Amino acid sequence: MNHENRSSVRGGARMRLRGLMRKEALQILRDPSSLAIAFVMPVVLLLLFGYGVSLDAKHVPIALVVEQPSAAAADFTASFRRSPYFEPTSMANLQAAERALVAGRVNGIVHLRADFETRLDGQGPAPIQVIVNGVDANTAGIVKGYVQGVWSNWLQRRAEAAGHELAMPVRLEPRVWFNPDMRSRDYLVPGLVVVIMTLIGAMLTALVMAREWERGTLEALMVTPVTIREILIGKLVPYFVLGMGSMGLSVAMAVWLFDVPLRGSFAVLAATSALFLLVALGMGLLISVVAKNQFVAGMLALVTTFLPAFILSGFIFDINSMPVAIQVLTHIVAARYFVAILQTLFLAGDVWGVILPNAAALVVMAAIFLGLSRRKSRKRLE
Amino acid sequence: MWARILTLVIKEFLALLKDKRSRIVIIVPPLAQLVVFGYAATFDLNRAPFAVYDEDGGAAARELVAHFEGSSHFARVATIRREAQVRPLLDNRDALLVIHIPRRFEADLLAGDPAPVQVLLDGRNSNTAMLALNYSREIVDQFNEQWREVHGQRGPPAVLKMRAWFNPNLESRWFIVSGIVGLLTLVVTMLVTSLSVAREREQGTFDQLLVTPLRPVEILIGKAIPGLIIGTLEASLIILLAVVWFGVPLRGELPTLYTGLILFLLSGIGVGLMISSLAVTLQQGLLGAFLFMVPAIILSGFATPIANMPVVVQDITYLNPARYFMIVLRGVFLEGTSFEVLIPQFWPMLVIGLVALSLAGWLFRHRMY
Repeated sequence: MNHENRSSVRGGARMRLRGLMRKEALQILRDPSSLAIAFVMPVVLLLLFGYGVSLDAKHVPIALVVEQPSAAAADFTASFRRSPYFEPTSMANLQAAERALVAGRVNGIVHLRADFETRLDGQGPAPIQVIVNGVDANTAGIVKGYVQGVWSNWLQRRAEAAGHELAMPVRLEPRVWFNPDMRSRDYLVPGLVVVIMTLIGAMLTALVMAREWERGTLEALMVTPVTIREILIGKLVPYFVLGMGSMGLSVAMAVWLFDVPLRGSFAVLAATSALFLLVALGMGLLISVVAKNQFVAGMLALVTTFLPAFILSGFIFDINSMPVAIQVLTHIVAARYFVAILQTLFLAGDVWGVILPNAAALVVMAAIFLGLSRRKSRKRLE
Repeated sequence: MWARILTLVIKEFLALLKDKRSRIVIIVPPLAQLVVFGYAATFDLNRAPFAVYDEDGGAAARELVAHFEGSSHFARVATIRREAQVRPLLDNRDALLVIHIPRRFEADLLAGDPAPVQVLLDGRNSNTAMLALNYSREIVDQFNEQWREVHGQRGPPAVLKMRAWFNPNLESRWFIVSGIVGLLTLVVTMLVTSLSVAREREQGTFDQLLVTPLRPVEILIGKAIPGLIIGTLEASLIILLAVVWFGVPLRGELPTLYTGLILFLLSGIGVGLMISSLAVTLQQGLLGAFLFMVPAIILSGFATPIANMPVVVQDITYLNPARYFMIVLRGVFLEGTSFEVLIPQFWPMLVIGLVALSLAGWLFRHRMY
């Protein structure tokens, strides 16, 4: 092959690639469902979840049962009425309150016995009975914490009013870094971005490619001079562009709509997003190659990408608290690394000790998924 | 009429189960997920890594640290000697919290002055931080009580006696696993039904179906029954696993649970068929199913309580059948709620199901392209 010929082959490759990408872009533009999933879905999901998903319990309905009204009891229950965390209702007796708890009308009961004031001033200590509904264990734990807060503030104020200091051997002084108000939205929104990107990247590619396998249009492509590598690149580039677009949209909404601080640098954010998108696209490709059928591809994409990104990534559930076997398993969930990167980038800044190892893991995963789908999709028929 | 429906049902099952991969995909992943997620999805705090920065070094400080070390919620990973070591530990997520005991700790304690102890927490996951803080408070309270007893100090004039009903140890696994039953049931039914009409439309066989003697109502019933059967079987298997494997208590009556399940399946199938008959291609059917499923899961109260949502979003959740089923599941499983108490959850699912099914049937005839 002489020099001229080779260069024309290379030129042909570029032309073929351009043609493929053009075809892919046209296909995206013609079928509104792809565009919808890339741009409408992030907006809808972020709006719904950003406003809808919150672990901050406020205005928790509780029942107050005071058996014997007294000045001290009134003072104590008033602290509950002032607290933004509670919405108390007075109930005549414990039975009524228990019925309300069972029916789910209140989440907790605070019960002061008849001897509250006499025990308080006399022999002490006066017991304050607190019953919470433990079905939602997380909320119950948070409510217990709030009750404790109200109680210790009340003791403090009472001691001060009486002119002596509260005998408290060790006093805990908490400092919460990165998110001093403990707004759960600040950590949930970055995680949501990951879930959405997983959906867009993996699901869309998986479905699109599976459709081509199912309809046999890939076979039609195979008889043309394009190589399988060119087909894959031609598929990936338009969806990569689409994915980066919706990533930009999501970040803009996170920052300007939900006021999540972005303390890291934009360059790192863009670079790691591109990396994660490659992983997601690679997963989608691999799924479609394995499935070659839209139903199976859809189910596989859901099972291997969206649900793990939701549950095994540290987006909501803390990975450190999972059993060791599951913790090991989370290492094959790409979303896990991106969640760690995004939560750090948004709330803490460019912490290289977190970003570098997680980015390295993403590089490895991208290489594995893209390599595997390249190997699996041979230019031959079964 | 029933003979015609039966043939359609048989045909639907064949279309769904003739492919080996489709068969596997319907059965294996949901069960695998139940097991994995059942263990993974926990709001409990276990072995949270903490570091100690003890500037005092006295016996009392060591005693306090020992209280933290003795708790299953915390695991000590590092000892800090210099202030500069604190930031990298928290920044790199090597420790969730740092306990800082200042120099005059023991002296303050012995003098009867309040001895401050700082707890520095990584707030990136604010829920975990909140849990860690609450557990730290409990540990410090215990320490204080012991200290008072040993040193003859007077305790606070009032004490809290806290109890949790239905789930005394506040195990979040019960809550999550009972919710997963609903989540996986929804996923399976939506996938089975949302594709059934779309597949025929894409292949052009739906027109053929319409010219057969089958009336739209019969097509609707024939399309709905496979989803109902598969959903019921799958859900039963998941319920069995939840009880046998995860030891979730089943305190209520099975008939109540299954009333909820059937109604939930009905509404899920209705929405699935509606999406399916709106879709022209299989892909649109799948995307539609996802667009419904993802908000349905997140706004169901599965992981985050509906009560925490803004009022507008709370109102939207009334359209979500999963919302009602979650209440039924948790009520029957954990609280032993009776049938009558759950009727307010049953009828909305029935209404959603009937409306969606009628819309789907109407769309069969009227969505031609």
